Amino acid sequence: MVDATAIEPRGPKPKRAFSSTNIMLYGTLLLVSVYYLLPLYVMIVTSLKGMPEIRLGNVFAPPLEVTFEPWVKAWAEACTGVNCDGLSRGFWNSVAILIPSVAVSIAVASVSGYALANWRFRGSETFFTILIFGAFIPYQVMIYPIVIILRELGGFLGIQLMGSIWGLVIVHTIFGMPILTLLFRNYFTSVPEELFKAARVDGAGFWGIFFKIMVPMSLPIFVVAMILQVTGIWNDFLFGVIYTKPETYPMTVQLNNIVNSVQGVKEYNVNMAATLLTGLVPLTIYFVSGRLFVRGIAAGAVKG
Amino acid sequence: MGGPHTSEDIEIEIPGTSSKEHSVSIQSLDLSFGAVEVLKNLNLDIEDGEFLVLLGSSGCGKSTLLNCIAGLLEITDGQIFIKGRNVTWAEPSERGIGMVFQSYALYPQMSVEGNLSFGLKNARMPKDQIAERVARAAEILQIEPLLKRKPGALSGGQRQRVAIGRALVRDVDVFLFDEPLSNLDAKLRADLRVELKQLHARLGNTMIYVTHDQVEAMTLADRIAIMKDGIIQQLAAPSEIYHRPVNKYVADFIGSPSMNFLEGFVQDGSFSGSAVSFPLVSYDFSRQDFTGAATFGIRPEHIVTGEAVTAAPVQLSVPVSVVEPLGADTLALTQLGGDPFWIRMEGEATVRAGDTLSIGFDPARGSLFDAQDEKRI
Repeated sequence: MVDATAIEPRGPKPKRAFSSTNIMLYGTLLLVSVYYLLPLYVMIVTSLKGMPEIRLGNVFAPPLEVTFEPWVKAWAEACTGVNCDGLSRGFWNSVAILIPSVAVSIAVASVSGYALANWRFRGSETFFTILIFGAFIPYQVMIYPIVIILRELGGFLGIQLMGSIWGLVIVHTIFGMPILTLLFRNYFTSVPEELFKAARVDGAGFWGIFFKIMVPMSLPIFVVAMILQVTGIWNDFLFGVIYTKPETYPMTVQLNNIVNSVQGVKEYNVNMAATLLTGLVPLTIYFVSGRLFVRGIAAGAVKG
Repeated sequence: MGGPHTSEDIEIEIPGTSSKEHSVSIQSLDLSFGAVEVLKNLNLDIEDGEFLVLLGSSGCGKSTLLNCIAGLLEITDGQIFIKGRNVTWAEPSERGIGMVFQSYALYPQMSVEGNLSFGLKNARMPKDQIAERVARAAEILQIEPLLKRKPGALSGGQRQRVAIGRALVRDVDVFLFDEPLSNLDAKLRADLRVELKQLHARLGNTMIYVTHDQVEAMTLADRIAIMKDGIIQQLAAPSEIYHRPVNKYVADFIGSPSMNFLEGFVQDGSFSGSAVSFPLVSYDFSRQDFTGAATFGIRPEHIVTGEAVTAAPVQLSVPVSVVEPLGADTLALTQLGGDPFWIRMEGEATVRAGDTLSIGFDPARGSLFDAQDEKRI
């Protein structure tokens, strides 16, 4: 009795799966995904091929014979200069640089951001402005002065800072400061002021409020800071090459030395495997903490 | 604060000053933010166990004053005494105050129990004593079933109860409330208002309560301090403020709809305005022999209609432009001499827009203000 045209509109409006909007939307998404994923695909496929197969020239073809030989070689056997222990040395160097750099820079930046947000002191705004200004000074300007500072400071303290891992840790901590302090300050400013007042009435002091009220509320922003620092420091090449020496080169510098070595045959599969290995740490971090990252970025960015 | 004064020698300064008998005493308090003077030479004495309401529109300095008493704002000049002790330089936690905030300000990551005990833990109180205090506060506020919950899992009313509980556990002399009910819906606000009044009766603490809601002020207060531009305009019991406002601002601020004002002239005990003139026979003058431009104010509820008009000393007819039936009573907006003139009638009154209404009032129930300085005559 009821035919389609007689149906009164009621409830949710029916949606068409292949409307022009959907085609546009998913088409664009698909195109962009391919654009970004294709190089990754080529890298993975190449790293699993043997050299004879690579010489056939079928870049996009999946490996006929899967081999993990290039990965092993990249990790443990590839030569840079006289060392032939692969990327593993660089990996552990990078870890040794990364952990103290991230911990120290976040610890210092979170406390200074908290002080700037909640304990306004005379000149705090000026101090903050100068700090932000620091974020826009090109690194290149500061490279040589820092070489001198590290050398002199090392001489003064009687330890080798220039060329050591600790020298690089200091450099990373300093260069992380402006952006991290800004991030933390903005986040702490968005915490309701009354909460801070209530804690003061409850007798909590500077550190009490920081550790018992602010830090437990700020997990997202700590995650964001951690991701920024981990990826930034892990991917750093410039500081690594300048402030360390061959024994303490971070992974990125070593990767460059492997990939750009001019002696012998270009081992594309080893290069691809080495590159993937180097990129694995930031990639893992993104996958594990993606959701928290987005939340924290949004929370930290909204209020200035 | 680590200054040269220990708590002992602060105590010694006190005997002999009049602030000893008062629960809270504020003496010539000034507060400026840069060039902006927020509070100007403010003096206020609050009796022990008194419920004082600081009332005013936003930006009048009432919350600022409360923050000064709490020690959350550094004052520019003056002194603050709590229980006879000079606390001007004391930290908020050392002042013997508990504070309840508009946004509740509960610590989101702590349970209700954690919220209540945070201040006591900071004061290094023994565990069994903390448990005892928390249990007592929870019993008084009937939040025992909520103790293990996080603030996020509570309703607005429950959160505000916990916030009050946080002040309660501290066992302090003075409670400070900063618009505690403003974030709640109307029904809940009325309920909690009654509970607050009962709580005050039960505990007998001094309470200082900041609000912009005149109903809260009238119902809760022993005394109301009406503030404007950082100055207390009138400090008196609610009925005094309602019936004998000291100036036109206070008269206008208290009452809804607010007082009707007629511009005119006072001479030889008579008021003559553009629309109506009448003798001020039984009016209780504050300033005798006043002559000059004046404003006469009369509250909408002091205007009579119907039968009672014939007995009223002043009688007139006004055109009705808007009628607002509220159920319990009916408001009519009329015109008198071109100015709006509100009348409050009983709920059953049958009046329509466009009618002409016979009204009357007794000038003795009104208030006269000097047109120059707006002070009561």
